[in-house]
Amino acid sequence: MIELVQVARRWPGPPPRPLFDGVSLTVARGELVAIVGESGSGKSTLLNLIAGLDTPDRGRVLVDGADLARLDDDARTRLRRERLGFVFQAFHVLPYLTVGQNVALPLALAGIGDTGTRVHAALAAVGLADRAHSRPRELSGGELQRVAIARALVHEPAVVLADEPTGNLDPRTATTVLALFGDVTRRRGAATVMATHSRAAARIADRVLALTPDGLVPADAQ
Amino acid sequence: MNAAPVLRAVSGGALGADRGRLALAVAAIALGVALGYAIHTVNRTAVAEFSTGVATLAGRADLVIRGPADGFDEAIYPRIARTAGVAVASPVVEADARLPGRTESLRLIGVDAFRAAAVTPALVGESDAALDLLEPDRVFLAPAAAAWLGLADGATLALQSGTGIVEFVVAGRVGAPAGRRLAVVDIAALQDAFGRRGRLTRIDVRIAPGAPPAGVRAAIAAALPPGVVVSAPDEEADIAARMTRAYRVNLDVLALVALFTGSLLVFTTQALSVARRRTSFALLRTLGLPRNRLAAIVAAEGAAIGAAGGVAGVAIGHALALALTRIVGADLGAGFFRGTAPMPAFSAGWALAYVGAGTAAAIAGAWLPAREAARAAPAAALKAGDDESAYARLARPWPGLACLAGALGLVGLPPVDGLPLAGYAAIALLLVGTLLLRPRLARGVLASVPRPRRVVAALALDSLRAAPAQAGVSLAAIVAAVALAVSMAIMVASFRTSLADWLDRVLPADVYLRAGGASSTAWIDAEARAALAGLPGVRRATFLRSVSIVPVAGDAPVTLLARDLDPARAGDALVLVDEGPLPAAGATPAWISEAWADRTGAKPGDTFELPLAGRRARFGVAGVFRDYARQTGAIVVERTDYGRLTGDDRASDAALWLAPGASAADVRAAIEARFGDGRLTVATAGEVRAVSLAIFDRTFAVTWVLEAAAIGIGLAGLSASFGALSLARRREFGVLRHLGMTRGELGAMLAWEGALVGGAGLSIGAALGGLIAVILVHVVNRQSFRWSMDLHLPAAELAAFGLAMVALAALTARASARRATATDAVAAVKDDW
Repeated sequence: MIELVQVARRWPGPPPRPLFDGVSLTVARGELVAIVGESGSGKSTLLNLIAGLDTPDRGRVLVDGADLARLDDDARTRLRRERLGFVFQAFHVLPYLTVGQNVALPLALAGIGDTGTRVHAALAAVGLADRAHSRPRELSGGELQRVAIARALVHEPAVVLADEPTGNLDPRTATTVLALFGDVTRRRGAATVMATHSRAAARIADRVLALTPDGLVPADAQ
Repeated sequence: MNAAPVLRAVSGGALGADRGRLALAVAAIALGVALGYAIHTVNRTAVAEFSTGVATLAGRADLVIRGPADGFDEAIYPRIARTAGVAVASPVVEADARLPGRTESLRLIGVDAFRAAAVTPALVGESDAALDLLEPDRVFLAPAAAAWLGLADGATLALQSGTGIVEFVVAGRVGAPAGRRLAVVDIAALQDAFGRRGRLTRIDVRIAPGAPPAGVRAAIAAALPPGVVVSAPDEEADIAARMTRAYRVNLDVLALVALFTGSLLVFTTQALSVARRRTSFALLRTLGLPRNRLAAIVAAEGAAIGAAGGVAGVAIGHALALALTRIVGADLGAGFFRGTAPMPAFSAGWALAYVGAGTAAAIAGAWLPAREAARAAPAAALKAGDDESAYARLARPWPGLACLAGALGLVGLPPVDGLPLAGYAAIALLLVGTLLLRPRLARGVLASVPRPRRVVAALALDSLRAAPAQAGVSLAAIVAAVALAVSMAIMVASFRTSLADWLDRVLPADVYLRAGGASSTAWIDAEARAALAGLPGVRRATFLRSVSIVPVAGDAPVTLLARDLDPARAGDALVLVDEGPLPAAGATPAWISEAWADRTGAKPGDTFELPLAGRRARFGVAGVFRDYARQTGAIVVERTDYGRLTGDDRASDAALWLAPGASAADVRAAIEARFGDGRLTVATAGEVRAVSLAIFDRTFAVTWVLEAAAIGIGLAGLSASFGALSLARRREFGVLRHLGMTRGELGAMLAWEGALVGGAGLSIGAALGGLIAVILVHVVNRQSFRWSMDLHLPAAELAAFGLAMVALAALTARASARRATATDAVAAVKDDW
């Protein structure tokens, strides 16, 4: 589902410096992989490469069978729209849309007209079925991240990418959200990659890998 | 507290991030100041030109005695010359000499060289042969006249007298100021050659040293018959200037609107800049920066924008004034100064005043944002997502509603000193009130738009609906620009349509002829009238005599039109707006124009007196008519009545009705064959109509320039606000790109937002413009020019304008947001990834 082959990337700077080299990774459908590493190690850059938002200096990135190097910007955008879901640290729920409209956004962008049932199901999956008409400002941080998870999964993407999804949450809420995130992504059969500093977050993953300048290694090997 | 670090902390960010928008705000103020300064400079030149004209003609005279344009009895002269305290009295006859084959006339002045040498030496000819001054066939030309006519000394100058020709030999020059086209002849020669024997038009008086001026003036006034008045030369200049004052004030006000729109752009720039720096300001306030100091610094940013724009504007404005006077004249196309070429002079005082006006406008624009910056609670402002509350205070309704109520109260007030000051104030309050209410109006307009099915359009609408106060900031300049454009379009269309309708009514004949006005050397006498009426192809001929009369000393003249008409059917010849019964015996029936009715308060049934031929004649008002030709008023009487009262049998104009089958070209050829080529100006009704409308269009051309400037500033405001807001929304755009929105779709979303804001601005601005147009048509124009007109909505033009504005708004928004949408999606959300 996700395949990285000998991927290398330098930090463009200034000043430029090597981030990582020789990164290879395969993530299967329904698998959740956590990437850990120090700040500045390139975890977010690795997610950007998988999302087609950045290009590697060397190596290949394949997502759901598509070689990203062969796709132009519009094709990569379509790939993100149809086959990827994102969960951000700061939620990024659009304040001018209702909760339901936020969740429906990926469907609307994909040109899917009748979104009601799927939006309801996605919100029900994260326990917010009764908040579809609420405004984001009326929700707590934990609820907002659940909205973001529903938005990431509503169009049943093949791949879900999450960067510090609990970074802005208190430990108790983080635990609840993480459990929900792991459960929902597995049930939907998405290949999920999560970048995190959090040990608690890493515990819900099927595999935990550490990003080093020489590639990915099992975290417990460090 | 050390000022430099504080200034750097408050304003440094603005100079960095908002450089483009600051430049736009400076440019908008510069444009407003440039237009205002240019119009004012041209107007100042026009007023100076009136004074120069009077100074040239009056020379060293202390008093000037003047009568009707066709003159007064010269028997008055010896009485004046003998009046105690009069040192010298110089008789003068002035006439507008018609030049065969030319449309413009030559100002001809007849002087007694010996008397003129003591009072108006500039009007005494310079020649190698001194006796030329007394020769009846000699003429002295001002340099501008000689150049215009292409005549050197010794050449022959042919001038029209009645429908005949008299010739003069150019004997030398007179020292008139540069640009003045005038010619001087011996006074007796002028009287003899142009049928003015025994008539004077002016007597210039020098008071003896030591004599009391007021006493001498009173003694002279007592000796004058009705219709002949004495005044000081500067009073004459003042009257001339006052006659065009309403036109000039209107242009000044219109130019100020451009400056006002510029101040709205400063408001937009500063409101957005303050919102963007809200967190920094909150931090500085937390660190101990006093509230007032913060407000003062933000207001000072506005002052700096205004001062920079003001200096640039004055420089551009002066260049514009030079270009305008050269291209369209000091009257901006209105036709007051034909035959002169005045040049604007730089005035440091006025330049400083306009730099000050630009600075004040910018400070006014920055004031609300500065107040908001100072009032914001630091704790709330430090929180993210507080952006909309930064604009919320600007959305309070009461100041706006109070302004609208004030406008309603002012609209019915009368003019002040002939100027529609209450009307202008009502328009200003309407504009300010609507602008203060625009966040609420924007919310109302956006709420009425159905949510589109297309996702980018729906997102655009949702985004704007969620932040009506921010949308309101974007709307400020565009609402003002649209209101100005729509109001001017409706007013000009109303005026033009009413003028066209009026021309259709007042030009019932097929062919019109003009010899000249009362001061012209050309006229139509009885023999010529008979010849015209008897021309083959002419079924009917009517004639008109036009005379300018000064009814009261120190007041503007009124035009008396003596014409052939049936009193019982005056409505056939005049566009009557009010009628009454014909007056009883003892009063001559007269129909007065709206301008004269407004000046005097006269109405049908009233009687009034006019000085005619040295006596006071009594008239009864039989009706009030619409007249777009004469701003200071006109009075129509029957030509036979006029002849009876004055003994003046001449006509100035003729109207010919053609017999069935006759052609205007044939009649024109017959007139030229009978009277000579170019002796009478001949035009068909269609030609007169076309020329009149062309003059109208030329006069209003400058208003379109001012409008275009205001629209440009309005779009610049939209561009500035979209540029700033889209930069603030970069993270949102990054998220949308992550979710699969292409750059093209992002651009389309912003174009939709631009179109929606443009549409909202158009709706609000058009409604406001409609109201302003009603005030312009029924209050400002009526009180300024005393002209009534029917309201006319140019629907097709307004619809086209609306579509163009929405399209331009969409394009402007798309282009302004390019920087934000071009940002890398990863960088846009890099706080997260």
